[in-house]
Amino acid sequence: MSRNYLLPDISRPGKIGCSLPHLDVPPAELPPKGLLRRELELPEVSETELVRYFTALSKFNYGVDTGFYPLGSCTMKYNPKCHEDIASLSGFTSIHPYQSEESAQGALQLMCELQEYLAEITGMSGTSLVPMAGAHGELTGLLMVKAYHQDRGDKARKKILLTDSSHGTNPASAVMCGFKVDTVPSDNEGNLDLKSLESMMNEEVAALILTMPTTLGLFDPQIIEISQLVHDRGGLLGGDGANLNAFLGRVKIGELGYDYVQLNLHKTFSTPHGGGGPGSGPVCAKKNLTDFLPSPLVTKDNKKHMFISPAKSIGRVGNFYGNFGVMVKAYAYIRSLGAEGLKEASENAVLNANYLKEKLKAYYYLPYDRTCMHEVVFSGKRQKAKGVSTLDIAKRLLDYGLHPPTVYFPLIVSEALMTEPTETESKGTLDAYVNAMKEIAREATENPEILHTAPHNTPVRRLDDVRAVRQPDLRWHMSKKSS
Amino acid sequence: MPSPYLPNTDAERNAMLQEIGVSSVEELFHDIPERFRHARLKLPTPLSEFELKEELSRLANLNANLDNYACFLGAGCYRHFIPSVVGHITGRSEFYTAYTPYQAEASQGTLQATYEYQSLVCQLTGMEVSNAGMYDGSTATAEAAIMACIITKRGKAAVLNTVNPTYREVIDTYVRNRNLTLETIESNSNLSSDCACLIVQQPNFFGHFEGIEPYVQKAHDAGALLIVIVDPISLGMFKPPGDYGADIAVAEGQPLGIPTSFGGPYLGIFTCRQEYVRQMPGRLVGKTVDVNGKPGYVMTIVTREQYIRRERATSNICTSEALMALAVAVYLGTLGKRGLRQVAELCYHKAHYAAEEISKLKGYSLAFQQPFFKEFVIRCPIAPHQINKALFHESIVGGLDISHLIDNSMLFCVTEVNTKQQIDRLVEILGTL
Repeated sequence: MSRNYLLPDISRPGKIGCSLPHLDVPPAELPPKGLLRRELELPEVSETELVRYFTALSKFNYGVDTGFYPLGSCTMKYNPKCHEDIASLSGFTSIHPYQSEESAQGALQLMCELQEYLAEITGMSGTSLVPMAGAHGELTGLLMVKAYHQDRGDKARKKILLTDSSHGTNPASAVMCGFKVDTVPSDNEGNLDLKSLESMMNEEVAALILTMPTTLGLFDPQIIEISQLVHDRGGLLGGDGANLNAFLGRVKIGELGYDYVQLNLHKTFSTPHGGGGPGSGPVCAKKNLTDFLPSPLVTKDNKKHMFISPAKSIGRVGNFYGNFGVMVKAYAYIRSLGAEGLKEASENAVLNANYLKEKLKAYYYLPYDRTCMHEVVFSGKRQKAKGVSTLDIAKRLLDYGLHPPTVYFPLIVSEALMTEPTETESKGTLDAYVNAMKEIAREATENPEILHTAPHNTPVRRLDDVRAVRQPDLRWHMSKKSS
Repeated sequence: MPSPYLPNTDAERNAMLQEIGVSSVEELFHDIPERFRHARLKLPTPLSEFELKEELSRLANLNANLDNYACFLGAGCYRHFIPSVVGHITGRSEFYTAYTPYQAEASQGTLQATYEYQSLVCQLTGMEVSNAGMYDGSTATAEAAIMACIITKRGKAAVLNTVNPTYREVIDTYVRNRNLTLETIESNSNLSSDCACLIVQQPNFFGHFEGIEPYVQKAHDAGALLIVIVDPISLGMFKPPGDYGADIAVAEGQPLGIPTSFGGPYLGIFTCRQEYVRQMPGRLVGKTVDVNGKPGYVMTIVTREQYIRRERATSNICTSEALMALAVAVYLGTLGKRGLRQVAELCYHKAHYAAEEISKLKGYSLAFQQPFFKEFVIRCPIAPHQINKALFHESIVGGLDISHLIDNSMLFCVTEVNTKQQIDRLVEILGTL
C-alpha cells in the first residue's frame, strides 16, 4: 500500500467513518445566523479506509517494539504491555477532574502514593505531579527557585548557571522564568570545571542546574563540593532528571545535595514516549522548597485523600492535575519492580552502556575514556576526518534496521553519538548493534559513498530539510488535493 | 524471580563484565562516593503482573466510573463519544513506543499523521497554521500570550473576565514570571495601547457566546493581537476564529477523541496567522521531498526550538503530545464534515432541551440569556453542593458548583452522550429537592 496520499485524496462526499447517537430530544431553535459557520471542509472517509490509512502510516514508524532504540538522554526502555491495559481501565479513563474527591478516591490514592514513592526514590520531601513533560518540570522547578529567593527578600538573584553540556530545554526554561543564563564550562575529564564555578557563583546566581549523571553519561565525583559551594553562596542546586535511570534504587539524588529534581516518567519510569508525548515531568523537592510546589498536591487526612495547595505555591502550571494517565503507568512500574527491581534496572542499564563502550571504543573515538553510567558518548571525528559525518553514520544505521543514537549532542563533543542502550536490551541485541557499528566503521573507510547516500532501505531516502524551511508546506487544503 | 523486562541471564551478565574488565557491577559505580550508592528504599513489595492488575483494578474501582453515571460536568473537560477506531490506532505500538521524530526517515508515520493533524486543525479553526500540539489548552493560551508580547514588543497581556478562571491562573503564572503583566478586563473596559493581546474565550467559561466583533475591533484598534480560546466541538456548527479575525486561536483538544482521564493527558491546540509562524512555540511538521523527489515529512522551521536555539528559542517546550494529536487526527478523520456537525448539533439541541426543562422548575433559572452551545449556568434555589450530593445518590453527577463566581449557581454541560432519559431524570430529581 502506498503512503503517498493524504486524507483529502480518499475523501468522497457522503462517506463517514462512524455512527453517532440519535437526536432524542425535540430540536431547539437555531441561534442567530451570524454565529453559525458557513461551511466545514473536513475529509469524508469510511472506517475501513481510515483504519487502513493509519495502519499503513504506523508501518512507516520505528518504535521500541520495532527494535533497538539507543537514543541518548531519552531512555527508550521497553514499555510493559500490562501498564497499557491497566491505564485503559475505565475506572481510570472515565473519571472527570471535577468530580467530587469522595468519588475519585482511587485516583487520589494513586497520586498520593506516587508522590511519596517518587520522593522516596529521589530522597526528597515532596512531589508535584502537575508538570506534563520534562521541560515543563524544569520550568516548574525554576519558578520555585524564583519564588524561594523572592520569599527570602533576595531580589538580586537573577541568573541561572548551566553547564556547557546541558539540554537545550534548560536555558530555554530559565528564560521563560525571566532569568538570565550563564554557562559553566566542563573540564578535560568531562566534569564541571570547579574553578570556573568558583568564580561565577556569586550573589546574582539563583541556582545551578546540573544534570546528573551528566549528559556525557558520567558521574561527576565533585558533586558534594559543587553542592557545598553553591549553597554556601546562597544559591540552590537544581536537577535535570533526564538521566536518573542510572540512579534508580541505588542513589538518592537528594542525598547528593540537590534541592529539587525534575523527573521524566516517560524515560525513567517506563511510560511510552508516544512519538513525542504525552510525558509527565514531576518535580521532587526538599523541605526548603515544598511550600512553593505548584497547585494542587494530593494529601491524606484521616483515611481520606484530597487536594491541597501548598502555602506559598507558585500557582497553577496546568489546567488540572497533570497527565494522570501517564502517572498510572509509572505507578504500576514502581509497584511491579519494588526497591530491588529498580536497583536491578539501573545496574543493568549501566552494565549495558559500559559493554557498548568497551566493544566500540576501538572503532569510534571515545572522548572520555572512563567508566560511564547509563549512556556513553562517542565522537565520529575519526570518520569525519575521512569525510564521513555522524549524520551519515546515523542514516546508515537505519539501513541496518536499527535506530541511531542521539547525534550532535552534547554540544561539547564534536560529531557526538550519544548512546543509551537501557536495561531492557539483551546482550544479543547489543552485539548486533556493535556488529553494525563496526561494519559502518569499515564502510566509512572502504566505501564512504554508501554512507553519504544512506539511508537506502527506508520508506523515504534522505529528506530535503532546506526546502521544507524555504517553502513551508505545513498543511493541505481541501480544495487543493495533494498529488 | 528474573524480571521479564531484563533479558540478560547471569551467564551473559558475567560475560559482559569480563569483557568490560571488572568483576562486579558494583565496580561500575565506583565514581559515586561509597556512602551515597547504597540507598535503601522504602517501597511496597513487588507485585507479579496478575497481582498488579488486581491491585490497580481495585484502585480503579474506588472511583465513580462516569460510564455508570449520568454526568453533566464540563468546565474545560468534556465527555464526548469516542469511536473505537481512535483507541485502536493510538494503541498501535509503532506509534506509541516511538520517540520524537528526530530521524525523519524512520518516523514517517508520526510525521505524516502530524501533518494530517495540523491540516485538519486548520480546516476546523479556519486558521492558516497549526503547530503539532502543546500540553493542554491552558498552557497553549499562556504561550499565546507570551508570543503576542514578543510579536508586538509589548509587556502586558489582557484577558477578559469571562475566560475560564483556572486558565487565567495558568496564564498569570507564565506571564508574571516572565516579567510581563496580566490584566483582567471587563467587557466594557477599554484596551490600553500598551497591551500585546486580548484573550477571549468563545463560547466563554459560562457557556454562552461573546459578541465577538467589538473585541476584534478593540484589540486591533489598540494594535494588539486577538487571541481566542475555542471549544473545538462547537466549530462543527459555529463560526470558526479564522472567520472573525483571530490572530491566534487556541483550544483544549481533549473533546476531540481523548478520554477525560482525571485531567490528562490532553492536548493544547495552537494556531495562528501565517505571518507569525516563525514566532510560534512548539513543533511544526512540513512536507518536503527526498533525494529521489519522493514526498516525505520532516520537523521544520526548527530554529525556533530549544534544542537548536537554547535561550533564544520561542519556548522551552519539547513535547508535542504527539499521541494525543494522532487521536485528534483519527477522530476528525472518522467523523468528517458531517459527523462533526452532527455531534455539535446533538450537543446544542440536548443542552437546550436540558436548559429549558430545568428552567421550568420552580426556583431554577438560566443565569444568562445569550445564545449558548453545550454549557449553561443555572441559578438554583438551594446550595449547589447540596444538590450535587442528592444527585450523586441517584447516580447523577451534576454540574460544576460555581457559587464562588455567581450566587447559588451551577455550570451544566450536556453533550451527545447524555440521553433524553438522563436529562429527564436529572430534571425529575431537581424538582424533588
